[in-house]
Amino acid sequence: MIERIKTFVARYGALLLTLVIFLSVYFAGGQLYPAMRKPQVFFNLFINDSSLLLVSIGMTMVILSGGGGIDLSVGGMIALVSTASAALLRAGVSPFIVLPLMIVMGVALGALMGWIIQSLKVQPFIATLMGLFFTRGMAYIISLTSVTITNDVYRTFALTPIHIPFISKAYIYPTTLVGPIMLIVAIYLSFFTRFGRTIYAMGNNEQSAMLMGLPVARTKILVYAFSGLCSALAGIVFSMSLLAGYGQFATGMELDAIASVVIGGTSLSGGVGNVIGTLFGVLIHGTIVSILQFNGTLSSWWTRIGVGVLTLIAIGIQSIFSVKTKRS
Amino acid sequence: MNNPNNIVEMVGITKSFPGVVALEDVDFSLRKGEIHALVGENGAGKSTLIKILTGVEQPDRGTIALDGKFVHVRSPQHSQELGISTVYQEVNLCTNISVAENIMLGREPHRFGSIHWKKMNEMAQHAIDRLNIDVDVTKPLGNYSIAIQQMVAIARALEVLSAKVLILDEPTSSLDIQETNLLFDVMRRLKSEGIGIIFITHFLDQVYQIADRITVLRNGKLVGSYEASALPRFELVAKMLGRSLVELDAMAKEKSQEEGGENKQPLVEAKALGLTGTLKPVDLQINASEVLGIAGLLGSGRTEMVSLIYGVTTPDTGSLVVDGKEVTKFSPLESLKRGVALCPEDRKAEGVVGDLTVRENIILALQARYGWFKFISPQKQNEIANKYIQMLGIVTPSPEQLVKNLSGGNQQKVILARWLATNPKVLILDEPTRGIDVGAKTEIQKLVIQLAEEGKSCMFISSELDEVMRVSDRIAVLRDRSKVAEYANDVDEKTLIQAMAGEV
Repeated sequence: MIERIKTFVARYGALLLTLVIFLSVYFAGGQLYPAMRKPQVFFNLFINDSSLLLVSIGMTMVILSGGGGIDLSVGGMIALVSTASAALLRAGVSPFIVLPLMIVMGVALGALMGWIIQSLKVQPFIATLMGLFFTRGMAYIISLTSVTITNDVYRTFALTPIHIPFISKAYIYPTTLVGPIMLIVAIYLSFFTRFGRTIYAMGNNEQSAMLMGLPVARTKILVYAFSGLCSALAGIVFSMSLLAGYGQFATGMELDAIASVVIGGTSLSGGVGNVIGTLFGVLIHGTIVSILQFNGTLSSWWTRIGVGVLTLIAIGIQSIFSVKTKRS
Repeated sequence: MNNPNNIVEMVGITKSFPGVVALEDVDFSLRKGEIHALVGENGAGKSTLIKILTGVEQPDRGTIALDGKFVHVRSPQHSQELGISTVYQEVNLCTNISVAENIMLGREPHRFGSIHWKKMNEMAQHAIDRLNIDVDVTKPLGNYSIAIQQMVAIARALEVLSAKVLILDEPTSSLDIQETNLLFDVMRRLKSEGIGIIFITHFLDQVYQIADRITVLRNGKLVGSYEASALPRFELVAKMLGRSLVELDAMAKEKSQEEGGENKQPLVEAKALGLTGTLKPVDLQINASEVLGIAGLLGSGRTEMVSLIYGVTTPDTGSLVVDGKEVTKFSPLESLKRGVALCPEDRKAEGVVGDLTVRENIILALQARYGWFKFISPQKQNEIANKYIQMLGIVTPSPEQLVKNLSGGNQQKVILARWLATNPKVLILDEPTRGIDVGAKTEIQKLVIQLAEEGKSCMFISSELDEVMRVSDRIAVLRDRSKVAEYANDVDEKTLIQAMAGEV
């Protein structure tokens, strides 16, 4: 029995911890501001943080793959995708061409960074930092100012609420669904495909994974392409919900994403963690933002401070856990 | 093909690297259902022979036949496809994923486009059962000991790669006796299934425990292949070394006679030196021109004591006097300045810097002692490096060779050279001969005796009792984190073992 509990804690401890942190932060908010107890506040977390959820999913896979894996280009990609799609729509290009084009662009840029990292042995930090500069720079080259989107298809996606069955007055938008769908895709990839298991294996020990005959090089390129896909989708969701494109969108979102991933129990050294934890990491971020909004008087920078403190707590407790499980 | 029972038949294998003939006209054969030990000193050509068999290197001349058919092994992948698998001392698997995944990944069963976990676990369990070990394949590999991890590696080799030839490269180096026996059981089992096993090891006990035949290599040449039962141990050692141990024993005797009347003055004197929870207070004295051997089992406090004397940790009781001065500041750098040097136990983790050259590795400690801003001219550096390469007989093409390309014994000598370059008065050697072959061991032992003769004090720590007894003038025995006894070097092995085990 004790053995079982130990195994359970070793396997799911980090995830449970994130869940506990999320629930306590959420209930604390509910105690402070009774208005926060409305169901819609919960759904707002998904609406407001749909882009963050998307880039964090991609980020999780990249970090899991190890070797210092990180993708700093996600915020820049959102800026580029939103600006490029706004400019294309303004020029009269059909959204049914723009949307696939943006996705292809995201995947291609991600794959390019993956290729640079894998083949030219450039540190992921550097390669994706260049990616960040490039994407954000390109966004400004397309337009120095914000470009409004007036396209009907985009407006429909942005403004049609979907009512949640059985809960009165609760709704989400079509764009809100993209994040959870990608989450399911990522769960499937992580646990039920050779691609996902290779990510975990190489995250633990790249050399061993290679000697086991796993396709390490291909997987590394694909994982950055996957992150590129997630950021492109995030860019589309972002531009749909704000009905605009701008080079300044999502500034610093790469850091929020990394924090969410880490709070979610994924180790920066790779091979440990999963996307489910990341979901709660993102929800924690959203909850702190909501609390500050309900308060109304505090600076929005308290979000960053709150996230920072919680990240430290989460990492601290996790390392205590891992020390203990190692000893046992 | 004179013998249909041979799975592997290598004939006339020759391989040279720039400047060295690594293998010269070597024949090697492996029968079905045989455990074949491959022994020899460092640089004998064992690893080159294995690299050729596994396709890492291509031979200059010679042929390889598998199951009677000539093959050209192009790459490690190709050798695996041919049914030759290698399991190394360091397990090349991933500890974070389950045992089942480690065995099956790459050939995992699928259903409806996703991994069929249930079937995969069953297949993995089947592979594990074949080895008759008790493992839950759904648990992460990291939950199990190195021994089990090695067996999982073997299971993978058998299951995924359907190996017919298994090469075990120093598999027992990090295993304890029980784990080794477990591995041997598995090896015997596989042998009865007709798998040919090549077993590379430095432990001669184990060779005789498990091997059917022994092939001895020396300096790239084949000394011979023998039935294990027909080759007495003494002869095996003589064949490996190409010389006898008489030489060394004579030297040791000479040394002990010489010392009789010398006036001894303590260079290091520890009084009740201890650290709560780490080492109980210890009295210890090391004289000039003396080798103090430290005997004790793993965890007896050997390394802890050394850490205190070298200043890695600060004691909370007692005092330490080095060269007549009381030590107040405990740090490795201060120790270095006092003339105390430590060769640590784990040379990969704490000792050599593989990506630096031999010269740079030798200069490292000297530079630290001089301070980082004092410049040692390249000329001077080369002079120092060459001096020690010659003095210790380090086998390297040039001082500019990267240390990671040297053999284990030579890496150990580089570390020794590094500390000798600082001209220490006291040299602490923690397991200096671990993982290196008999010949290199003998050389290091000789070196230690020579250094003591030149007036240095040495502290020699080793798990191998005969080595401690051969080298040391006095032997201190540690047990349960305290010093329990001290003997002169004429003590017999039985007394020492009793003291270590606590049966006195």
